[in-house]
Amino acid sequence: MAPIILLLWHVAVLLCTVGLGVVIRRSALARRAVYGVSIATCGLAVAVALVHLLASPAIDSIAVLPLGLPWIGANFRLDALSAFFVLVINLGGAAASLYGLGYGRHESEPRRVLPFFPAFLAGMNLVLLADDAFTFLLSWEFMSLASWALVMTHHRDDDNRRAGYVYLVMASAGTFALLLAFGLLAGPEGGYAFATMRARGPSGDLTGLVLTLALLGTGSKAGLVPLHVWLPLAHPAAPSHVSALMSGVMTKVAVYGFIRIVFDLLGPPAWWWGVPVLIAGAGTAALGVLYALMQNDIKRVLAYSTIENIGLIFVGLGLALAFEGNGMKAAAALAMTAALFHVLNHALFKSLLFFGAGAVLTATGERRMEMLGGLLNRMPATGLLFLVGAAAISALPPLNGFASEWLMLQAILLSPDLPQWALKLLVPVVGALLALAAALAAACFVRAFGITFLGRPRSEAATKAHDVDRLSITAMAILALLCLFTGVFPALIIDALAPVVDGLTDTRMPVQTHIAWLSIVPIAESRSSYNGLLVFLFITVSASLAAFVIHRVASNRVRRAPAWDCGFPNSSPATQYTANSFAQPVRRVFGGFAFRATERVDMPAPGDGRPARMTVTLHDLAWELVYDPVVGLVNVLAERLNHLQFLTIRRYLSLVFGALVLLLLIIASWP
Amino acid sequence: MAMIDMSLIDGLSIQISQMVLVLVLAPLLTGLVRKVKARLLRRQGPPLLQPYRDLIRLVRKEAVIAESASWLFRIVPYIVFAATWVAAALVPTFATGLLFSWSADLIVIIALLGSARFFLALAGMDVGTSFGGIGSSREAMIATLAEPALIMIVFTIALVAGSTQLSTVANVMLAGVGLRVSLGMALIALIIVAIAENGRIPVDNPATHLELTMVHEAMVLEYSGRHLALIELASSIKLLLYASLIACIFVPWGLAPAGAPLRVHLIGVVVYAAKLGVAAIMLALFETMIAKMRVFRVPDLLGAALMLGFLGTLLRFVSRSL
Repeated sequence: MAPIILLLWHVAVLLCTVGLGVVIRRSALARRAVYGVSIATCGLAVAVALVHLLASPAIDSIAVLPLGLPWIGANFRLDALSAFFVLVINLGGAAASLYGLGYGRHESEPRRVLPFFPAFLAGMNLVLLADDAFTFLLSWEFMSLASWALVMTHHRDDDNRRAGYVYLVMASAGTFALLLAFGLLAGPEGGYAFATMRARGPSGDLTGLVLTLALLGTGSKAGLVPLHVWLPLAHPAAPSHVSALMSGVMTKVAVYGFIRIVFDLLGPPAWWWGVPVLIAGAGTAALGVLYALMQNDIKRVLAYSTIENIGLIFVGLGLALAFEGNGMKAAAALAMTAALFHVLNHALFKSLLFFGAGAVLTATGERRMEMLGGLLNRMPATGLLFLVGAAAISALPPLNGFASEWLMLQAILLSPDLPQWALKLLVPVVGALLALAAALAAACFVRAFGITFLGRPRSEAATKAHDVDRLSITAMAILALLCLFTGVFPALIIDALAPVVDGLTDTRMPVQTHIAWLSIVPIAESRSSYNGLLVFLFITVSASLAAFVIHRVASNRVRRAPAWDCGFPNSSPATQYTANSFAQPVRRVFGGFAFRATERVDMPAPGDGRPARMTVTLHDLAWELVYDPVVGLVNVLAERLNHLQFLTIRRYLSLVFGALVLLLLIIASWP
Repeated sequence: MAMIDMSLIDGLSIQISQMVLVLVLAPLLTGLVRKVKARLLRRQGPPLLQPYRDLIRLVRKEAVIAESASWLFRIVPYIVFAATWVAAALVPTFATGLLFSWSADLIVIIALLGSARFFLALAGMDVGTSFGGIGSSREAMIATLAEPALIMIVFTIALVAGSTQLSTVANVMLAGVGLRVSLGMALIALIIVAIAENGRIPVDNPATHLELTMVHEAMVLEYSGRHLALIELASSIKLLLYASLIACIFVPWGLAPAGAPLRVHLIGVVVYAAKLGVAAIMLALFETMIAKMRVFRVPDLLGAALMLGFLGTLLRFVSRSL
């Protein structure tokens, strides 16, 4: 059977599972059925995509169903690009289902999750397979609505209701932008099939508009600053395995949409396309991680960190556009590979981290880091796996986050050859922001892991925590192993990505698996090379050697004693550093311009018994500069137009008459 | 590939001797800095070999571990030591023909040091005391500025040398690239970063305990015995690493090329020792002349390094000759 048919069956099975989730009443049985089916079918989809990617990447698999627009039907197609994203999405989907199988037991509202979970997966898969604008947008909306329903699982919570509302508004705005983009791509003849758009070639003066609309439409789903505001509200609101899907996986569907429109449908790029993408990407990366560092809710930290990673991916895409526009094929392939590699990596470690946060939430009922602490002793497995995820996302070698970041930096090192001055001045800034984001990410995850899992428990709940069920741990362990594997053998991933990159930039990186010792060499060995396996072995061997030698020659005695803390007996865990105090130095350095942060110390006069207070105010500039004016304008207009509701019938009639005359005048004077 | 036609045995012996050399010399460098500093202050100072004695004594003592510490606390010293040692092993000290230099470039070296810091900062938070937290939090703040500055310095150097491979960089620099504004900026920035990363005055004071300005010592306050020995050794190696890095990039003379006869290698070792001596004296001089900064002045200093690194990179982007 053709791979595309198999994948369409996969979607069909998922859609049937929706019914299963509704029909079966007993929640335990329904849970097992729904998640069981989605593990199986997502696993199958992963296999299909992998086989297609490795065996016959150049062949597109096409299917047309008699649905959708009457004159073109619903077109589906599987090429290397969609195969790669199908792989990423279903890998995340399978892991989330496995996790959900265990975690779902603790869900208080299973009947609100179970039907929408497979629907969400089906929607994401359909977006990747769609081959005409109508099917694409329909699937896109389906995906948005299903995830919206999942965000609203716990809708009695005010915050969640607000999250759902903001999400709905932003998703609609994004789809609207995409609708316009496709409208422009389809041209006056209305060629809505992707094949027709591709054949039409560049649309002349309108490419800039299409690029902007694509950036707005997919960027609002992916979380580009300043379109990110819904993301940190909505992603944490959903149950944790859904958060993992939304943050780790759905943002990738948005990246796919951007690549599909800009690299595939819009025709050969001009160099300046890279400029807006680079600016948006670098700004998003730096701001996203700064926001993440200021959050006290662990799931919000993770959501903001997703924004950062999306920024990194868009930097890669922007570099690829800039190189491609200048005919620097090899460099374009390198930047594209880095972006796609990071797509895979982020799906792996962000899902892992959200699962970890879910396990903490199950065990303690707490998302506020200030109430946690000391969980590593009480939840050893979760703690270890979360640590792997935190190290991977902080780009520590030899884990996978480092490999893609390394490729990204190598791509930046190729950009002095770009001829345009705008790029020559922009790319170093982007490089600096990227380096800053990487360093801040490490600080952010030291803080997230340190406050949550280390130290002494800050609350009763944290004292009584226990490791979660085995299935959840297994799901996390699989992802952690994949993080290690892709980090240690980056050459395999780069070569597997080659057909995808080839399809987008007409060239590929040099074959990596033929290089001795599984090193990766993006351009030439004299220029740069990296070997994840050897670095891994080096560290393991020298650490073991050190341990061995020390234990041979040194005293092995260990005594447990109260913490020294410079001699202060501190019985209260409240004397520890908190999440806020940890972030304070960084906030002082960066907060001034990023959040207009102000600190106010309220010190009572001597003799006054009131406690001293310190108030920190942070401003979300995106809300204040972008959204508040829009909201204000809408409110003012609504206020004004409100009067129209209370007119007499004569006035309505004269309004209608006036409007008619005006319209006729416009039509009459239309050239 | 170059590594295959190079004689494997030669490469391996140079690699191993260099790893051992780094390990053996590191405490001596620390001792030398202390000695010179003491003499500059007209004190006698501890003997040169004192750091070795300290390490041996620490190793022999029992380790006291806080009741609230987790397993992470106990394995972090090994991770920190291993990551620092591997990073140091990748910097050419007396010869450029390192066997494994192709397995990791400058960016990897920085990332390895970053890993060591990541785990050390976690260990600082593990026991759950206020001092550990203060150290970790400040270390994180310093790192968020020092690490991007380092990356920008690497960019500058890599754009001059056309490679991020340290052996290649050393060879290119040895062949002579002339005086360049961008390299000058990178050198100043690298020195500032090296001072910050090693917790030297004016950023941090390695000689203090129990002072509210401290960073590194606060993080490792709860460590004792063999664990502390490993961490102390790692921080000595880190100092040596930065000295070797600066020497290898900016004063690469005397480095024995790959496949050179033994005599050249021996000269390399002597020249390297001389370079380390000069570095120690300059560091001691600098530290005696300057006062410790307030913690929140440090971002200004590191911001200057970041800016210099950035300007250096920018210059390379806009001009081939600067």
